[in-house]
Amino acid sequence: MNQELLFQQFDNGLVLLGEHMPWLRSAAFTFVLPAGTCYEPNGLDGLAGITCEMSQRGCGEYDSRAFLERLDSLGVERTGSITTNHCAFSCAMPSQVLADVLQLYSELVRRPLLPESQLSDTKLLAMQDLRALYDEPSHRCFSELKRFRFPLPYGRISQGTKEGLQALQLENIHQFVQSQFTPQGTILAVAGDFDWQQVCDCVAQLLGDWQGPSPSSLPELTCVYGSRHIDHSSNQMHLALAYDCASYESPDYYQTRALVGVLSDGMSSRLFSEVREKRGLVYSVFATCFSLAGQGSVLCYAGTTNNRAEETLQVLIETIRSLGQGVTEDELERLKNRIKSSLVFEQESSAARSGQIASDWFYLGRVPSRDEVCRKVDELTCEGLLEHFLQIPPNNFSLVSVGSLPMELERGIADL
Amino acid sequence: MELLTYKTDKCPEIVVLNDPEAFTLSVGWFVRTGARDESNEVAGVSHFLEHMVFKGTPRRSAEDVNRELDHLGAQSNAYTSEDSTVFYASVLPECQTQAVDLLTDLMQPLLNEEDFETERQVILEEIAMYDDQPPYGAFERAMELFFGSHPLATRVLGSTESVSDLSVQQMREYHSLRYSVDNMFLCASGKVDFARLIEDVERLTVDWPSLVTPPRKLSVPGFGQVEEEIERESTYQHYAIQLWPGLSVNDARRYALRLLCSALADDSGSRLFWELIDTGKAETASLWPQMFEECGCLIGYLCCAPEDAAENQAVWERVIETALKEGVTQKELDLARNKITASLILSDERPSNRMFALGQSWLNRRAYEPLDVVLSRYMAVTLDDLREVADQTLSGSPTSVRVIGQVEPS
Repeated sequence: MNQELLFQQFDNGLVLLGEHMPWLRSAAFTFVLPAGTCYEPNGLDGLAGITCEMSQRGCGEYDSRAFLERLDSLGVERTGSITTNHCAFSCAMPSQVLADVLQLYSELVRRPLLPESQLSDTKLLAMQDLRALYDEPSHRCFSELKRFRFPLPYGRISQGTKEGLQALQLENIHQFVQSQFTPQGTILAVAGDFDWQQVCDCVAQLLGDWQGPSPSSLPELTCVYGSRHIDHSSNQMHLALAYDCASYESPDYYQTRALVGVLSDGMSSRLFSEVREKRGLVYSVFATCFSLAGQGSVLCYAGTTNNRAEETLQVLIETIRSLGQGVTEDELERLKNRIKSSLVFEQESSAARSGQIASDWFYLGRVPSRDEVCRKVDELTCEGLLEHFLQIPPNNFSLVSVGSLPMELERGIADL
Repeated sequence: MELLTYKTDKCPEIVVLNDPEAFTLSVGWFVRTGARDESNEVAGVSHFLEHMVFKGTPRRSAEDVNRELDHLGAQSNAYTSEDSTVFYASVLPECQTQAVDLLTDLMQPLLNEEDFETERQVILEEIAMYDDQPPYGAFERAMELFFGSHPLATRVLGSTESVSDLSVQQMREYHSLRYSVDNMFLCASGKVDFARLIEDVERLTVDWPSLVTPPRKLSVPGFGQVEEEIERESTYQHYAIQLWPGLSVNDARRYALRLLCSALADDSGSRLFWELIDTGKAETASLWPQMFEECGCLIGYLCCAPEDAAENQAVWERVIETALKEGVTQKELDLARNKITASLILSDERPSNRMFALGQSWLNRRAYEPLDVVLSRYMAVTLDDLREVADQTLSGSPTSVRVIGQVEPS
């Protein structure tokens, strides 16, 4: 499992990354473009998602059907997705067709047809996604939390809004492609079984002369705190809770990640144990780290029936606070084992690895090796975690509840 | 990759797909018991028991179980279906013995009353959670209507009532009858030390009770052709489930059936994709087979805006009618074949996926087909085979359950 990050930056700004996994028969790439929701003009919520979908409806000499049939005939598993920062195209395939698929996606980012005849269909599809989100209270609470906690341009969700989808025109999509489908800020990360020189030559030929502007600079993010309730007729109350933590870029990230791990990684974690195992309050409860614009948030979820919602929220917050009493050696050792073995599991999937490489490069401008991650994890101590907790205690809480019982954080809870 | 098996009278069967080059190994207990093996009085007991298995054994407390799983760095979980209950863990090869010790110990749980009451609340929350998620119990309702009085109509989670009424004594009886040496096997794949595995399993199961599980009652049901609507307040989309008779797990035509479903209604490049998804008329339109020992069903799922429901249903019916009359084209068959075979090749890279494929195959037919053989089966399917399975499955009226959407998003 020798690991070497392969890297080439082209004059136009495009970053090409690679990691060999010669024990696999597959190859995968993640192609991330600076075309996420934070670049949408005000009032056009949903433009990033619509552009992502429209760009997959034909490019270069392929119309929509020919493009899709070509990918299917090559046996490519793929997704196109939108985050706050990016539009990402991820593909996994038998390794021998990698060059063909890179050629198709190079056409897609450079010469999408954006057929006017398909705009109304694409908008209808986006409207379906939005409606489906409204039917999923456990997902909706996170969308509403994002809207509430992160002001514009960061709080937009990938599904957009009904008004935004209705307002956007084909011209907006063309402009968005011109400004955001650009080599500057774009990362192409390849993992699996491939020949690096061939990949470099192929990408140089396909994308070496691609030109585009720098993505516009983004404002500073200031999070919003407090409570918000969304009325929804459902059996359960769905609670999404967020508080500040170190961001992915921070040198303290491993401490933050470890504390969230103590809360939520595995069946012996504190949230699973306190909220579910001991009290039977929920079926699903978890916490995860989320970084946006240099700021970190811990996002927590719990779903429970109405009459137990107050108790669930209380136990959730008490369990978060319990980190202030320290982490045991045993908890830390379990966490270290879990993180280290997850690094080995990642070696079994070219798709997972290419996604991780692209993400690391975006946040850090480099890709930590497994050895480095293991070393950082080994360096974690119980004393260090307690010190980190005291330095960045959980505060600046935002709560969104979706269900039929309005819920609020107690006064003063935002500053524990 | 080598298939290894071991079986004696006293030791449960062991089935291994060994890959000395793998970085990890996956191991799981496959128990031939699920919702179809439950009487009405204990509906949901298989799934509830799956939860209770993690609540401690004579050698370990519930906290010990959870701590040990995490200590091993295991990716572990369990699931219950109509006909099986599976407990599995993926670990690094050096953790094989501990993982096998833990998983095997779990198969003889304490089933303590206090834990039972706490876990009952978790199950009730799980039922409430799924009832909040689209399509709001419509799958389960459609299975009830389709299978009628047949055991396959039993809901895997049971109902709020059946779970509330269940006693720990009923669960203990169910466990002693169903978790027997002859009714379960251990399945592993990846970098496995087979000799060590045999030694460990023989030692760990030596005291298991030697009860014999009665054979499963198999009978071909009379399939329902019923329509029903579920009205739900605050639902934005329209959801429709349709069920047709399908094929059983060991029917040689199952490859053709999967190709037919892919050509008609998978999520990319199928007929219904071009008619309904690409055009934005629906959010989801898909068709897939569910196979059981003596029979099977074909499940159709449509999600769209309420105002488009009638028109989309007409499109759906037209697509099926055309497939019955004219079949699909060679190009459609080739595309479906490419998609399915490429997906199988990609999936086969992970030891955990190989373990599930092997375990499911062993449950179904006590045999295993290597990936290359499976791929050749798909390659051998002809257009006539697709016509035949279409006639066999889709020519009658389906059972249909619709969830009626009522409101506009703000």
